[in-house]
Amino acid sequence: MIAGRAAGPRALLGLYRAQFAVHLAAQMQYRVMLAIWLIGLVLQPLMYLVVWATVARSQGGEAGGFTAGQFAAYFLVLMVVNQLTFTWVTEVTEYRVREGEFSPLLLRPVHPIHADLAENLTYKLLTLTLTLPIALLLGVSFGADFSPPVWAVAAFVPALGLAVALRFVADWLVALLAFWVTRMTAINQTYSVLTIFLTGQIAPLSLFPEPVRVVAAVLPFRWMVAFPVELLLGRLSARETLVGFGAQAVWLVVLVAVLPWAWRAGVRRYSAVGA
Amino acid sequence: MSRLRLVGVFLRLGVLNELQYRANFWIQLIRSLVNLATALAGLGVVFSQATTLDGWRQDELLALVGVYFLVGAGVNLVFLPSMSQFIGDVRKGTLDYVLTKPEDAQLLVSIRRVDIWRLIDVAMGFGVNGVALARLGSDLGPGRAAAFGLTLLAGGAIVYSFLLALATTAFWFVRVENILVVFQSMYVAGRWPVGIYPPWLRGTLTFVVPIAFAITVPASALVGRLDWPTLVGTVVLAAAMLAFSRWFWSVGVRHYSGASA
Repeated sequence: MIAGRAAGPRALLGLYRAQFAVHLAAQMQYRVMLAIWLIGLVLQPLMYLVVWATVARSQGGEAGGFTAGQFAAYFLVLMVVNQLTFTWVTEVTEYRVREGEFSPLLLRPVHPIHADLAENLTYKLLTLTLTLPIALLLGVSFGADFSPPVWAVAAFVPALGLAVALRFVADWLVALLAFWVTRMTAINQTYSVLTIFLTGQIAPLSLFPEPVRVVAAVLPFRWMVAFPVELLLGRLSARETLVGFGAQAVWLVVLVAVLPWAWRAGVRRYSAVGA
Repeated sequence: MSRLRLVGVFLRLGVLNELQYRANFWIQLIRSLVNLATALAGLGVVFSQATTLDGWRQDELLALVGVYFLVGAGVNLVFLPSMSQFIGDVRKGTLDYVLTKPEDAQLLVSIRRVDIWRLIDVAMGFGVNGVALARLGSDLGPGRAAAFGLTLLAGGAIVYSFLLALATTAFWFVRVENILVVFQSMYVAGRWPVGIYPPWLRGTLTFVVPIAFAITVPASALVGRLDWPTLVGTVVLAAAMLAFSRWFWSVGVRHYSGASA
Protein backbone atom coordinates (compact mmCIF):
# COMPACT_ATOMS: atom_id res chain seq x y z
CA MET A 1 0.00 0.00 0.00
CA ILE A 2 1.54 3.21 -1.17
CA ALA A 3 -0.92 5.62 0.38
CA GLY A 4 -0.11 6.28 3.98
CA ARG A 5 3.63 6.42 3.52
CA ALA A 6 4.94 9.44 5.38
CA ALA A 7 5.81 12.39 3.15
CA GLY A 8 8.44 14.91 4.16
CA PRO A 9 7.29 18.21 5.68
CA ARG A 10 8.50 20.23 2.68
CA ALA A 11 6.59 18.03 0.26
CA LEU A 12 3.51 18.25 2.48
CA LEU A 13 3.67 22.03 2.57
CA GLY A 14 3.79 22.15 -1.21
CA LEU A 15 0.92 19.70 -1.35
CA TYR A 16 -1.24 21.83 0.93
CA ARG A 17 -0.45 24.97 -1.05
CA ALA A 18 -1.50 23.26 -4.28
CA GLN A 19 -4.62 21.77 -2.68
CA PHE A 20 -5.67 25.15 -1.29
CA ALA A 21 -5.38 26.74 -4.71
CA VAL A 22 -7.33 23.94 -6.38
CA HIS A 23 -10.11 23.83 -3.81
CA LEU A 24 -10.42 27.60 -3.69
CA ALA A 25 -10.87 27.73 -7.44
CA ALA A 26 -13.28 24.79 -7.35
CA GLN A 27 -15.40 26.12 -4.53
CA MET A 28 -15.60 29.61 -5.97
CA GLN A 29 -17.42 28.04 -8.89
CA TYR A 30 -20.19 26.82 -6.63
CA ARG A 31 -20.90 29.99 -4.72
CA VAL A 32 -24.63 29.34 -4.59
CA MET A 33 -24.03 25.91 -3.12
CA LEU A 34 -21.74 27.38 -0.47
CA ALA A 35 -24.46 29.81 0.50
CA ILE A 36 -27.04 27.03 0.64
CA TRP A 37 -24.94 24.89 2.95
CA LEU A 38 -24.48 27.93 5.09
CA ILE A 39 -28.22 28.22 5.73
CA GLY A 40 -28.17 25.09 7.84
CA LEU A 41 -25.10 26.20 9.76
CA VAL A 42 -26.71 29.55 10.53
CA LEU A 43 -30.31 28.55 11.06
CA GLN A 44 -29.78 25.90 13.75
CA PRO A 45 -27.95 28.13 16.25
CA LEU A 46 -30.31 30.99 15.37
CA MET A 47 -33.29 28.77 16.20
CA TYR A 48 -31.94 27.83 19.63
CA LEU A 49 -30.90 31.43 20.25
CA VAL A 50 -34.52 32.46 19.78
CA VAL A 51 -35.85 29.59 21.90
CA TRP A 52 -33.51 30.30 24.80
CA ALA A 53 -33.85 34.07 24.64
CA THR A 54 -37.62 33.55 24.82
CA VAL A 55 -37.15 31.26 27.83
CA ALA A 56 -34.87 33.76 29.57
CA ARG A 57 -37.33 36.60 29.05
CA SER A 58 -40.27 34.53 30.28
CA GLN A 59 -38.31 33.62 33.44
CA GLY A 60 -37.85 37.25 34.41
CA GLY A 61 -34.70 37.92 32.39
CA GLU A 62 -32.52 34.93 33.26
CA ALA A 63 -32.52 31.15 32.81
CA GLY A 64 -29.80 28.77 33.93
CA GLY A 65 -27.35 31.61 34.54
CA PHE A 66 -27.82 33.19 31.12
CA THR A 67 -29.68 36.40 30.27
CA ALA A 68 -31.30 36.77 26.85
CA GLY A 69 -28.31 38.80 25.69
CA GLN A 70 -25.87 36.20 27.00
CA PHE A 71 -27.77 33.43 25.23
CA ALA A 72 -27.50 35.48 22.05
CA ALA A 73 -23.74 35.83 22.52
CA TYR A 74 -23.40 32.11 23.30
CA PHE A 75 -25.24 30.91 20.21
CA LEU A 76 -23.60 33.40 17.85
CA VAL A 77 -20.10 32.50 19.01
CA LEU A 78 -21.21 28.87 18.74
CA MET A 79 -22.40 29.52 15.20
CA VAL A 80 -18.93 30.69 14.17
CA VAL A 81 -17.06 27.98 16.13
CA ASN A 82 -19.34 25.26 14.78
CA GLN A 83 -18.83 26.52 11.24
CA LEU A 84 -15.07 26.51 11.76
CA THR A 85 -14.91 23.01 13.26
CA PHE A 86 -17.60 21.35 11.12
CA THR A 87 -16.68 18.67 8.56
CA TRP A 88 -18.60 16.53 6.08
CA VAL A 89 -16.13 13.65 5.88
CA THR A 90 -18.57 11.07 7.27
CA GLU A 91 -20.95 11.50 4.33
CA VAL A 92 -18.20 11.85 1.73
CA THR A 93 -16.34 8.76 2.89
CA GLU A 94 -19.44 6.59 2.80
CA TYR A 95 -20.08 7.71 -0.76
CA ARG A 96 -16.48 7.10 -1.77
CA VAL A 97 -16.42 3.58 -0.39
CA ARG A 98 -19.82 2.66 -1.79
CA GLU A 99 -19.07 4.00 -5.26
CA GLY A 100 -15.51 2.74 -5.43
CA GLU A 101 -14.16 6.28 -5.56
CA PHE A 102 -11.49 5.46 -3.06
CA SER A 103 -9.51 3.56 -5.66
CA PRO A 104 -7.88 6.55 -7.41
CA LEU A 105 -7.29 8.24 -4.05
CA LEU A 106 -5.40 5.19 -2.82
CA LEU A 107 -3.09 5.33 -5.80
CA ARG A 108 -1.90 8.79 -4.92
CA PRO A 109 1.45 8.88 -3.16
CA VAL A 110 0.08 10.78 -0.14
CA HIS A 111 -2.56 9.93 2.42
CA PRO A 112 -6.03 11.14 1.31
CA ILE A 113 -6.58 12.80 4.68
CA HIS A 114 -4.35 15.69 3.60
CA ALA A 115 -6.51 16.57 0.60
CA ASP A 116 -9.61 16.34 2.80
CA LEU A 117 -8.11 18.62 5.42
CA ALA A 118 -7.05 21.16 2.79
CA GLU A 119 -10.51 21.13 1.24
CA ASN A 120 -12.17 21.47 4.61
CA LEU A 121 -9.98 24.40 5.67
CA THR A 122 -10.50 26.17 2.36
CA TYR A 123 -14.25 25.86 2.72
CA LYS A 124 -14.19 27.17 6.26
CA LEU A 125 -12.01 30.18 5.51
CA LEU A 126 -14.11 30.97 2.48
CA THR A 127 -17.43 30.77 4.35
CA LEU A 128 -16.01 32.61 7.35
CA THR A 129 -16.21 35.76 5.22
CA LEU A 130 -19.99 35.22 5.30
CA THR A 131 -20.57 33.81 8.78
CA LEU A 132 -18.64 36.54 10.62
CA PRO A 133 -20.71 39.41 9.20
CA ILE A 134 -23.90 37.37 9.70
CA ALA A 135 -22.98 36.70 13.34
CA LEU A 136 -22.16 40.39 13.91
CA LEU A 137 -25.41 41.50 12.31
CA LEU A 138 -27.47 39.04 14.34
CA GLY A 139 -25.49 40.06 17.43
CA VAL A 140 -26.61 43.64 17.00
CA SER A 141 -30.19 42.74 16.17
CA PHE A 142 -30.56 40.37 19.16
CA GLY A 143 -28.62 42.60 21.55
CA ALA A 144 -25.88 40.06 22.25
CA ASP A 145 -24.10 40.69 25.54
CA PHE A 146 -20.54 40.02 24.40
CA SER A 147 -17.56 41.50 26.24
CA PRO A 148 -14.85 38.85 26.49
CA PRO A 149 -11.91 39.33 28.87
CA VAL A 150 -8.59 39.85 27.06
CA TRP A 151 -6.99 36.66 28.41
CA ALA A 152 -9.99 34.67 27.18
CA VAL A 153 -9.55 36.02 23.66
CA ALA A 154 -5.88 35.05 23.76
CA ALA A 155 -6.64 31.55 25.06
CA PHE A 156 -9.50 31.16 22.58
CA VAL A 157 -7.21 31.02 19.54
CA PRO A 158 -5.27 27.85 20.49
CA ALA A 159 -8.45 26.28 21.93
CA LEU A 160 -10.18 26.83 18.61
CA GLY A 161 -7.25 25.41 16.69
CA LEU A 162 -7.21 22.27 18.85
CA ALA A 163 -10.99 21.97 18.51
CA VAL A 164 -10.74 22.12 14.71
CA ALA A 165 -8.09 19.40 14.72
CA LEU A 166 -9.91 17.23 17.25
CA ARG A 167 -13.26 17.33 15.47
CA PHE A 168 -11.63 16.67 12.11
CA VAL A 169 -9.78 13.59 13.34
CA ALA A 170 -12.80 12.30 15.28
CA ASP A 171 -15.04 12.70 12.23
CA TRP A 172 -12.48 10.98 10.04
CA LEU A 173 -12.32 8.04 12.43
CA VAL A 174 -16.09 7.64 12.49
CA ALA A 175 -16.10 7.95 8.70
CA LEU A 176 -13.69 5.01 8.42
CA LEU A 177 -16.50 2.74 9.68
CA ALA A 178 -17.75 2.95 6.08
CA PHE A 179 -15.17 0.29 5.21
CA TRP A 180 -17.04 -2.18 7.40
CA VAL A 181 -20.62 -0.89 7.04
CA THR A 182 -21.74 -0.09 3.51
CA ARG A 183 -24.84 1.85 4.46
CA MET A 184 -23.71 4.40 6.99
CA THR A 185 -26.82 6.59 7.12
CA ALA A 186 -27.95 5.46 10.55
CA ILE A 187 -24.49 5.63 12.09
CA ASN A 188 -23.81 9.03 10.56
CA GLN A 189 -27.09 10.40 11.78
CA THR A 190 -26.66 9.05 15.28
CA TYR A 191 -23.19 10.50 15.43
CA SER A 192 -24.30 13.89 14.20
CA VAL A 193 -27.17 14.02 16.68
CA LEU A 194 -24.80 13.11 19.51
CA THR A 195 -22.50 15.86 18.29
CA ILE A 196 -25.29 18.41 18.19
CA PHE A 197 -26.28 17.59 21.76
CA LEU A 198 -23.01 16.94 23.49
CA THR A 199 -21.10 19.82 21.93
CA GLY A 200 -23.60 22.28 23.37
CA GLN A 201 -25.43 23.23 20.19
CA ILE A 202 -28.91 22.79 21.64
CA ALA A 203 -28.23 24.47 24.94
CA PRO A 204 -25.14 25.44 26.91
CA LEU A 205 -23.88 22.22 28.52
CA SER A 206 -24.27 23.75 31.99
CA LEU A 207 -28.05 23.58 31.51
CA PHE A 208 -28.00 19.81 31.04
CA PRO A 209 -28.37 17.33 33.89
CA GLU A 210 -25.19 16.07 35.52
CA PRO A 211 -24.89 12.67 33.71
CA VAL A 212 -25.09 14.31 30.27
CA ARG A 213 -22.41 16.82 31.24
CA VAL A 214 -20.14 14.02 32.44
CA VAL A 215 -20.57 12.06 29.20
CA ALA A 216 -19.88 15.17 27.11
CA ALA A 217 -16.72 15.88 29.09
CA VAL A 218 -15.37 12.32 29.25
CA LEU A 219 -15.87 11.77 25.52
CA PRO A 220 -14.24 14.26 23.12
CA PHE A 221 -17.53 16.06 22.34
CA ARG A 222 -17.33 18.96 24.76
CA TRP A 223 -13.81 19.78 23.67
CA MET A 224 -14.72 19.91 19.96
CA VAL A 225 -17.02 22.95 20.17
CA ALA A 226 -18.40 23.95 23.58
CA PHE A 227 -15.05 24.50 25.27
CA PRO A 228 -13.74 27.29 23.01
CA VAL A 229 -17.18 28.94 23.05
CA GLU A 230 -17.44 29.00 26.85
CA LEU A 231 -13.83 30.12 27.01
CA LEU A 232 -14.35 33.13 24.75
CA LEU A 233 -17.46 34.16 26.66
CA GLY A 234 -15.36 34.28 29.84
CA ARG A 235 -17.47 31.63 31.58
CA LEU A 236 -14.52 29.41 32.55
CA SER A 237 -12.09 29.80 35.42
CA ALA A 238 -8.32 29.56 34.85
CA ARG A 239 -8.38 26.03 36.27
CA GLU A 240 -11.26 24.91 34.03
CA THR A 241 -9.41 26.37 31.07
CA LEU A 242 -6.28 24.35 31.84
CA VAL A 243 -8.33 21.17 32.28
CA GLY A 244 -9.93 21.91 28.91
CA PHE A 245 -6.62 22.29 27.13
CA GLY A 246 -5.44 19.06 28.77
CA ALA A 247 -8.53 17.17 27.63
CA GLN A 248 -8.16 18.51 24.09
CA ALA A 249 -4.51 17.47 23.97
CA VAL A 250 -5.09 13.99 25.41
CA TRP A 251 -7.97 13.19 23.06
CA LEU A 252 -6.10 14.55 20.06
CA VAL A 253 -3.05 12.39 20.83
CA VAL A 254 -5.20 9.29 21.39
CA LEU A 255 -7.24 9.72 18.22
CA VAL A 256 -4.23 10.57 16.06
CA ALA A 257 -2.54 7.43 17.39
CA VAL A 258 -5.56 5.25 16.56
CA LEU A 259 -6.07 6.77 13.10
CA PRO A 260 -3.27 5.04 11.10
CA TRP A 261 -4.15 1.69 12.64
CA ALA A 262 -7.85 2.04 11.82
CA TRP A 263 -6.97 3.30 8.35
CA ARG A 264 -4.81 0.28 7.55
CA ALA A 265 -7.42 -2.14 8.86
CA GLY A 266 -10.10 -0.38 6.84
CA VAL A 267 -8.19 -0.23 3.58
CA ARG A 268 -7.50 -3.93 3.88
CA ARG A 269 -11.26 -4.53 3.96
CA TYR A 270 -11.87 -2.25 0.99
CA SER A 271 -12.78 -4.21 -2.10
CA ALA A 272 -13.41 -1.32 -4.50
CA VAL A 273 -17.02 -1.86 -5.46
CA GLY A 274 -17.34 -1.68 -9.20
CA ALA A 275 -13.65 -2.13 -9.85
CA MET B 1 -59.51 5.55 -9.25
CA SER B 2 -56.70 4.52 -11.55
CA ARG B 3 -54.62 7.26 -9.96
CA LEU B 4 -55.09 5.80 -6.53
CA ARG B 5 -54.10 2.42 -7.92
CA LEU B 6 -50.99 4.04 -9.36
CA VAL B 7 -50.05 5.40 -5.95
CA GLY B 8 -50.56 1.90 -4.60
CA VAL B 9 -48.31 0.40 -7.26
CA PHE B 10 -45.47 2.79 -6.52
CA LEU B 11 -45.86 2.18 -2.81
CA ARG B 12 -45.67 -1.58 -3.39
CA LEU B 13 -42.61 -1.12 -5.59
CA GLY B 14 -40.96 0.86 -2.84
CA VAL B 15 -41.75 -1.85 -0.31
CA LEU B 16 -40.48 -4.64 -2.58
CA ASN B 17 -37.33 -2.71 -3.34
CA GLU B 18 -36.50 -2.11 0.26
CA LEU B 19 -37.42 -5.59 1.46
CA GLN B 20 -34.27 -6.75 -0.28
CA TYR B 21 -32.39 -4.89 2.41
CA ARG B 22 -34.20 -6.06 5.49
CA ALA B 23 -31.39 -5.07 7.83
CA ASN B 24 -32.23 -1.51 6.87
CA PHE B 25 -35.36 -1.70 8.96
CA TRP B 26 -33.35 -1.78 12.16
CA ILE B 27 -31.02 0.91 10.94
CA GLN B 28 -33.92 3.16 10.03
CA LEU B 29 -35.68 2.39 13.28
CA ILE B 30 -32.59 3.43 15.23
CA ARG B 31 -32.35 6.55 13.11
CA SER B 32 -35.97 7.50 13.77
CA LEU B 33 -35.68 6.78 17.47
CA VAL B 34 -32.54 8.91 17.68
CA ASN B 35 -34.40 11.77 16.02
CA LEU B 36 -37.31 11.40 18.38
CA ALA B 37 -35.02 11.25 21.39
CA THR B 38 -33.31 14.44 20.19
CA ALA B 39 -36.58 16.29 19.89
CA LEU B 40 -37.81 15.10 23.28
CA ALA B 41 -34.52 15.82 25.01
CA GLY B 42 -34.51 19.30 23.47
CA LEU B 43 -37.97 19.89 24.88
CA GLY B 44 -36.89 18.46 28.21
CA VAL B 45 -33.94 20.83 28.52
CA VAL B 46 -36.03 23.86 27.62
CA PHE B 47 -38.80 22.97 30.03
CA SER B 48 -36.39 22.25 32.85
CA GLN B 49 -35.90 26.03 32.83
CA ALA B 50 -39.37 27.31 31.96
CA THR B 51 -43.03 26.36 32.27
CA THR B 52 -44.28 27.84 29.00
CA LEU B 53 -42.68 28.91 25.74
CA ASP B 54 -44.47 31.78 24.08
CA GLY B 55 -47.68 30.57 25.73
CA TRP B 56 -47.25 26.92 24.74
CA ARG B 57 -47.19 24.41 27.56
CA GLN B 58 -44.83 21.43 27.42
CA ASP B 59 -47.46 18.90 26.35
CA GLU B 60 -48.76 21.28 23.70
CA LEU B 61 -45.25 21.54 22.29
CA LEU B 62 -45.07 17.76 22.44
CA ALA B 63 -48.05 17.71 20.09
CA LEU B 64 -46.16 20.14 17.86
CA VAL B 65 -43.22 17.73 17.78
CA GLY B 66 -45.64 14.97 16.79
CA VAL B 67 -46.94 17.05 13.89
CA TYR B 68 -43.36 17.96 12.94
CA PHE B 69 -42.58 14.24 12.57
CA LEU B 70 -45.83 13.50 10.80
CA VAL B 71 -45.44 16.20 8.15
CA GLY B 72 -41.71 15.61 7.78
CA ALA B 73 -42.36 11.90 7.30
CA GLY B 74 -45.00 12.59 4.68
CA VAL B 75 -42.70 14.90 2.76
CA ASN B 76 -39.74 12.53 2.95
CA LEU B 77 -41.89 9.49 2.18
CA VAL B 78 -42.68 10.48 -1.40
CA PHE B 79 -42.33 14.13 -2.30
CA LEU B 80 -38.67 14.82 -1.61
CA PRO B 81 -37.30 11.57 -3.12
CA SER B 82 -39.57 11.93 -6.15
CA MET B 83 -38.72 15.58 -6.70
CA SER B 84 -35.02 14.97 -6.41
CA GLN B 85 -35.27 12.19 -8.98
CA PHE B 86 -37.29 14.50 -11.21
CA ILE B 87 -34.61 17.20 -11.05
CA GLY B 88 -31.98 14.63 -11.95
CA ASP B 89 -34.13 13.42 -14.84
CA VAL B 90 -34.43 16.91 -16.27
CA ARG B 91 -30.68 17.30 -16.17
CA LYS B 92 -29.99 13.95 -17.81
CA GLY B 93 -32.87 14.20 -20.23
CA THR B 94 -34.42 10.99 -18.95
CA LEU B 95 -37.64 12.80 -18.15
CA ASP B 96 -38.67 11.75 -21.67
CA TYR B 97 -39.57 8.35 -20.27
CA VAL B 98 -42.03 9.91 -17.87
CA LEU B 99 -43.61 12.31 -20.35
CA THR B 100 -44.31 9.55 -22.86
CA LYS B 101 -46.31 7.52 -20.35
CA PRO B 102 -50.10 7.70 -20.72
CA GLU B 103 -50.68 9.20 -17.30
CA ASP B 104 -50.60 12.68 -15.85
CA ALA B 105 -46.91 13.60 -15.75
CA GLN B 106 -47.25 15.80 -12.68
CA LEU B 107 -48.73 12.91 -10.75
CA LEU B 108 -46.00 10.56 -11.94
CA VAL B 109 -43.08 12.79 -11.00
CA SER B 110 -44.67 13.48 -7.61
CA ILE B 111 -45.09 9.88 -6.47
CA ARG B 112 -42.49 7.93 -8.40
CA ARG B 113 -40.09 7.33 -5.56
CA VAL B 114 -41.16 6.06 -2.16
CA ASP B 115 -38.87 5.91 0.85
CA ILE B 116 -40.97 3.44 2.81
CA TRP B 117 -38.92 3.64 5.99
CA ARG B 118 -40.41 7.04 6.64
CA LEU B 119 -43.58 5.14 7.56
CA ILE B 120 -41.79 4.55 10.85
CA ASP B 121 -41.83 8.31 11.37
CA VAL B 122 -45.52 8.45 10.49
CA ALA B 123 -46.26 5.89 13.20
CA MET B 124 -44.01 7.75 15.61
CA GLY B 125 -45.71 11.06 14.85
CA PHE B 126 -49.13 9.60 15.61
CA GLY B 127 -47.74 7.98 18.75
CA VAL B 128 -46.29 11.24 20.03
CA ASN B 129 -49.56 13.05 19.28
CA GLY B 130 -51.48 10.38 21.15
CA VAL B 131 -49.25 10.70 24.19
CA ALA B 132 -49.44 14.49 24.04
CA LEU B 133 -53.24 14.45 23.94
CA ALA B 134 -53.44 11.95 26.76
CA ARG B 135 -51.15 14.07 28.89
CA LEU B 136 -53.08 17.20 28.11
CA GLY B 137 -56.08 15.29 29.42
CA SER B 138 -58.30 16.85 26.80
CA ASP B 139 -60.79 15.01 24.68
CA LEU B 140 -60.22 15.28 20.96
CA GLY B 141 -63.79 16.07 19.99
CA PRO B 142 -65.03 15.58 16.41
CA GLY B 143 -64.72 19.32 15.73
CA ARG B 144 -61.06 19.51 16.72
CA ALA B 145 -60.25 16.22 15.01
CA ALA B 146 -61.79 17.54 11.82
CA ALA B 147 -59.91 20.83 12.11
CA PHE B 148 -56.68 18.93 12.68
CA GLY B 149 -57.25 16.62 9.71
CA LEU B 150 -58.19 19.52 7.48
CA THR B 151 -55.23 21.73 8.40
CA LEU B 152 -52.87 18.78 8.17
CA LEU B 153 -54.06 18.04 4.62
CA ALA B 154 -53.96 21.72 3.72
CA GLY B 155 -50.47 22.08 5.19
CA GLY B 156 -49.31 19.03 3.29
CA ALA B 157 -50.80 20.44 0.09
CA ILE B 158 -49.04 23.77 0.66
CA VAL B 159 -45.67 22.08 1.18
CA TYR B 160 -46.22 19.82 -1.82
CA SER B 161 -47.11 22.75 -4.08
CA PHE B 162 -44.12 24.66 -2.81
CA LEU B 163 -41.76 21.76 -3.52
CA LEU B 164 -43.28 21.13 -6.94
CA ALA B 165 -42.91 24.79 -7.87
CA LEU B 166 -39.29 24.77 -6.68
CA ALA B 167 -38.51 21.60 -8.60
CA THR B 168 -40.25 22.92 -11.71
CA THR B 169 -37.64 25.67 -11.94
CA ALA B 170 -35.32 22.85 -13.08
CA PHE B 171 -36.83 23.28 -16.55
CA TRP B 172 -35.08 26.65 -16.78
CA PHE B 173 -32.12 26.43 -14.40
CA VAL B 174 -31.34 22.69 -14.70
CA ARG B 175 -29.01 22.41 -11.67
CA VAL B 176 -31.38 23.02 -8.80
CA GLU B 177 -30.84 19.92 -6.61
CA ASN B 178 -29.73 22.21 -3.82
CA ILE B 179 -33.06 23.96 -3.66
CA LEU B 180 -34.39 20.89 -1.90
CA VAL B 181 -31.52 21.07 0.56
CA VAL B 182 -32.64 24.61 1.42
CA PHE B 183 -36.08 23.30 2.23
CA GLN B 184 -34.70 20.50 4.38
CA SER B 185 -32.47 22.78 6.39
CA MET B 186 -35.24 25.32 6.90
CA TYR B 187 -37.69 22.59 7.89
CA VAL B 188 -35.85 22.08 11.19
CA ALA B 189 -37.04 25.50 12.33
CA GLY B 190 -40.59 24.14 12.35
CA ARG B 191 -39.90 22.18 15.51
CA TRP B 192 -40.80 25.28 17.48
CA PRO B 193 -43.93 27.41 17.17
CA VAL B 194 -43.26 30.14 14.60
CA GLY B 195 -44.60 32.71 17.05
CA ILE B 196 -41.31 32.76 18.95
CA TYR B 197 -39.26 33.94 15.99
CA PRO B 198 -38.61 37.64 15.31
CA PRO B 199 -40.92 39.15 12.65
CA TRP B 200 -38.51 38.86 9.67
CA LEU B 201 -37.85 35.18 10.33
CA ARG B 202 -41.49 34.45 11.10
CA GLY B 203 -42.42 36.06 7.79
CA THR B 204 -39.86 33.92 5.97
CA LEU B 205 -41.11 30.72 7.60
CA THR B 206 -44.72 31.60 6.84
CA PHE B 207 -44.65 32.93 3.31
CA VAL B 208 -41.26 32.14 1.74
CA VAL B 209 -40.84 28.60 3.09
CA PRO B 210 -44.34 27.73 4.29
CA ILE B 211 -43.36 25.72 7.35
CA ALA B 212 -45.70 27.65 9.64
CA PHE B 213 -48.73 26.39 7.75
CA ALA B 214 -47.45 22.85 7.61
CA ILE B 215 -46.60 22.43 11.29
CA THR B 216 -47.64 25.22 13.64
CA VAL B 217 -51.17 25.52 12.24
CA PRO B 218 -52.12 21.81 12.42
CA ALA B 219 -50.51 21.54 15.85
CA SER B 220 -52.55 24.53 17.01
CA ALA B 221 -55.66 22.78 15.72
CA LEU B 222 -54.75 19.60 17.56
CA VAL B 223 -54.37 21.27 20.94
CA GLY B 224 -57.33 23.57 20.37
CA ARG B 225 -55.50 26.87 19.91
CA LEU B 226 -56.63 27.52 16.36
CA ASP B 227 -58.93 30.41 15.45
CA TRP B 228 -61.35 30.44 12.53
CA PRO B 229 -59.59 33.02 10.32
CA THR B 230 -56.35 30.96 10.36
CA LEU B 231 -58.23 27.78 9.51
CA VAL B 232 -60.03 29.36 6.57
CA GLY B 233 -56.91 31.19 5.42
CA THR B 234 -54.87 27.98 5.44
CA VAL B 235 -57.41 26.08 3.37
CA VAL B 236 -57.75 28.94 0.87
CA LEU B 237 -53.98 29.25 0.57
CA ALA B 238 -53.66 25.49 0.01
CA ALA B 239 -56.18 25.59 -2.83
CA ALA B 240 -54.50 28.63 -4.37
CA MET B 241 -51.03 27.08 -4.19
CA LEU B 242 -52.19 23.78 -5.65
CA ALA B 243 -53.68 25.66 -8.58
CA PHE B 244 -50.61 27.85 -9.01
CA SER B 245 -48.11 24.96 -8.90
CA ARG B 246 -50.24 23.02 -11.39
CA TRP B 247 -50.19 25.99 -13.77
CA PHE B 248 -46.48 26.62 -13.27
CA TRP B 249 -45.75 22.94 -13.92
CA SER B 250 -47.64 22.99 -17.21
CA VAL B 251 -45.69 26.08 -18.32
CA GLY B 252 -42.45 24.33 -17.34
CA VAL B 253 -43.21 21.09 -19.16
CA ARG B 254 -43.82 23.03 -22.36
CA HIS B 255 -40.39 24.55 -21.90
CA TYR B 256 -38.71 21.15 -21.65
CA SER B 257 -36.87 20.20 -24.80
CA GLY B 258 -35.78 16.65 -23.97
CA ALA B 259 -32.48 14.89 -24.20
CA SER B 260 -32.05 14.20 -27.87
CA ALA B 261 -34.07 17.08 -29.23
